[in-house]
Amino acid sequence: MSKAKVATVWLDGCSGCHMSLLDIDEVLIDVVQKADIVYGPLVDAQEFPEMVDVTLVEGAVSSQDDLRLIQKIRSRSKLLVSLGDCAVTSNVPSMRNNIPTKVLLERAYVQGADVNHRPPTDGVPTLLRHAVPVHEVVKVDIHVPGCPPKADAIAFVVTELLSGRKPELAGKVKFG
Amino acid sequence: MPSKISIRIDGELINAQSGASLLDAALAAGKFIPSLCHMKGLSSVGACRLCVVEVAGVGRLLPACTTPVQDGMNVTTQNDKLRRYRRTILELLFAERNHVCAVCVSNNHCELQALATRLGVTSVRFPYTFPRVAVDLSHRKFAQDQNRCILCTRCVRVCAEVEGAHVWNVVSRGVGSRLVCELNRNWGDSRNCTSCGKCVQSCPTGALAEKGFAVEEMTKRPEPISRLANLRGVHS
Ligand code: SF4
Ligand code: SF4
Ligand code: FES
Repeated sequence: MSKAKVATVWLDGCSGCHMSLLDIDEVLIDVVQKADIVYGPLVDAQEFPEMVDVTLVEGAVSSQDDLRLIQKIRSRSKLLVSLGDCAVTSNVPSMRNNIPTKVLLERAYVQGADVNHRPPTDGVPTLLRHAVPVHEVVKVDIHVPGCPPKADAIAFVVTELLSGRKPELAGKVKFG
Repeated sequence: MPSKISIRIDGELINAQSGASLLDAALAAGKFIPSLCHMKGLSSVGACRLCVVEVAGVGRLLPACTTPVQDGMNVTTQNDKLRRYRRTILELLFAERNHVCAVCVSNNHCELQALATRLGVTSVRFPYTFPRVAVDLSHRKFAQDQNRCILCTRCVRVCAEVEGAHVWNVVSRGVGSRLVCELNRNWGDSRNCTSCGKCVQSCPTGALAEKGFAVEEMTKRPEPISRLANLRGVHS
């Protein structure tokens, strides 16, 4: 049997969910025996592969780049998993949502800055008006809330998925 | 003199006091019906709708907290339809305000969060509304954060019915409804607030908290207030 292809992606989040993923300890050994990690911050791949079995998404969709990337990823992933509160609820990144982006950038880069009083424009993606959960822009198959989700919950989800089952998470996970 | 009557809850025959609510009767019989706006010792207002149940012969769902028991009632508290409705209600509560559990003073001690876990809410299907709402830090001891308010009115009732100060009210309608202090004063400028903290202890979420507590640090104890209310016979 060929190995499953697993990808991870880091949108607008703090990387805590990826840390929690590494925290599944020896379960990682089972995972890499059953699957290849083909894309994400943990591996060196430039382009998202043509077809992936499972993609774990950390982070809210906050910028034009996030939006383009997640749309591409959705079309190339059989199963998309929202991993953690930022992906599931938009969480901390959404705390800017009731401030217009222009006002927000001015507050941070003009009023809040000692030098270079202007918002950066080169090489940074345009912010969306709202940071939103992944499922508000593409279909998501499984939600794993938590900030970050407990390593046990991630181990359970990954193990179930790699065994061809859909993990039943009711009662096992919580927001926050 | 309250008389004993019997009702059937999920098929099981249960004795109840006449005058009791379906919710109290079910809880006394060891059943679980989710609730948020209900607090023991305060009047029941049926604000959150989480306690909806089916009563045989009644063509609509009834909130268990405001429905008095009647002899021979046949009540269903758990089925797929009720579970679906209750989950939907929780999702709408989350979508209506800004709940960021990870940085909330009540994280891990919140009735809304705990119910979401218990009822299997792992995501919110409705678009979040991200309203811009007030945070009032003007009171010397307490903080009020509308981002976390679910308009259960427990604070309103505990203040009016137990403390007798009636500081809190709800203004406006629908999603525009807001909790206000007196006639829309800052809490710190309240004329009636005795700073007793009963509203804070009764609030099921992080909307009311004591100052000086950081993320996850605010725990609450509504039970002594319920006992006090029962002693005074405010409501059974
Ligand atoms: S009030 Fe409860 S549900 Fe809302 S953010 Fe705080 S912990 Fe989460
Ligand atoms: S402040 Fe708390 S107790 Fe008062 S209505 Fe809001 S959630 Fe309920
Ligand atoms: S507990 Fe009955 S409606 Fe809220």
